[in-house]
Amino acid sequence: MTLARRIIPCLDVDAGRVVKGIEFTGLRDMGDPEELAARYNSEGADELILLDITASRDGRATFLETVSRVAQQLNIPFTAGGGIRRLEDGHAVLRAGADKFTVNTAAVARPELISELAAQFGSQAVVLSMDVKKTHRGWEVFVRGGAESSGRDAAAWAREAAARGAGEILLTSIDRDGTCSGFDCGLTAAIAAQVSVPVIASGGAKTFDDFLAVFGAGQADAALAASIFHTAEHSIGALKQYLASRGVPVRLTR
Amino acid sequence: MRVSIIDYGAGNLPSVECALRTLGAETARVSTPEQIAAASALVLPGVGHFSAFVTGLRERNLTAALRDAIAGGVPVLGICLGLQAMFASSAEAPGAEGLDLIHDNVQALPTNVKSPHIGWNQLRRLRESILLRDIPHHAYFYFAHSYAAAANEPHTAAACDHGFPFAAVVEKDNLMAVQFHPEKSGDVGSHVLRNFLEWAR
Repeated sequence: MTLARRIIPCLDVDAGRVVKGIEFTGLRDMGDPEELAARYNSEGADELILLDITASRDGRATFLETVSRVAQQLNIPFTAGGGIRRLEDGHAVLRAGADKFTVNTAAVARPELISELAAQFGSQAVVLSMDVKKTHRGWEVFVRGGAESSGRDAAAWAREAAARGAGEILLTSIDRDGTCSGFDCGLTAAIAAQVSVPVIASGGAKTFDDFLAVFGAGQADAALAASIFHTAEHSIGALKQYLASRGVPVRLTR
Repeated sequence: MRVSIIDYGAGNLPSVECALRTLGAETARVSTPEQIAAASALVLPGVGHFSAFVTGLRERNLTAALRDAIAGGVPVLGICLGLQAMFASSAEAPGAEGLDLIHDNVQALPTNVKSPHIGWNQLRRLRESILLRDIPHHAYFYFAHSYAAAANEPHTAAACDHGFPFAAVVEKDNLMAVQFHPEKSGDVGSHVLRNFLEWAR
């Protein structure tokens, strides 16, 4: 009996469509969020994350509508994020049918937000999303979609967020995101060693062995990927079969 | 059949409703003692903080109605915090009174394991279970919690191990409860809800 390592497909959405970002710049249309969500649900995804990558105020109603439509396709856990700045924003996505939400830039600007969200909705609903880049100062947290340095050290920020009540950490390597050069196992292991909450590794997935590595040396509890699943380059079922054959505890659905 | 879902002011009701309706059940949200007294089957879903939960029930005068319904034999299914609320108290909120239908306490997960316990885990059957009927022994269920009750018998039908063996499935006469989220546990979770509906019919 073991807690399974999770495989989490991520849908980055802009104006109701799934898009692909490359190193935080440039977008390409990847399909309909409902169709992709239904496919991942039946392929054995352990969870689904939907991120509003525009997160503009005027696009908010469209995003909530997408959350609601996607939620109806799923019988697995569902996280929505992007643009969560206040308690009302968290409440709105939960009411639309999400089980959890991610916080990022607004939490860096005002860390008390994490404590307030956890007190209101419970730690299980609060996922701290952090975008990290290696600089001459070490692993540094970036905000505003990876565009701006926050000056915060990644490990220290992860510890503070967990202490304030974040229930999980979604850790994205900006250096690896969209590059298909594999997860940053060094970064993931360094953060996982700092906190007792689960860590979801993100950024750089390309091959099955990338997942094997991040669950091994990377010490990740879950791994997230987007484009490799959207293009049907890899099916989630085949990935999980492979991981199981290499001794990684995963939930096989068929 | 008609299932009354207790609405205590928080909790993610839409996903539970959706899961039950998919199985052909009619659902209604109930939030008064009279509605609880009239129910033929009850579901108590719950997420968040133990204190907010039991306070929410008490402020709506639902605590006594719920106890009466259970004493009267109405089938009840508690989910996640809805399981924990059946116990006397929780380390999450010392001093807050649970329903005390099971005279035991909810504890924090030990510090030597990841907490919250978030993700898919397997169960260990302690005895014949109504909710787990015809479900394979290796099946995975989705958990998301930081507190749990020890897997003491006779009320625990199945345990899960995370730091210590805790009660994952409670079955005590007409009182049923699960620490995992059946509405989020894929086809296996749907099977658990179907087992509840068939048994409650």
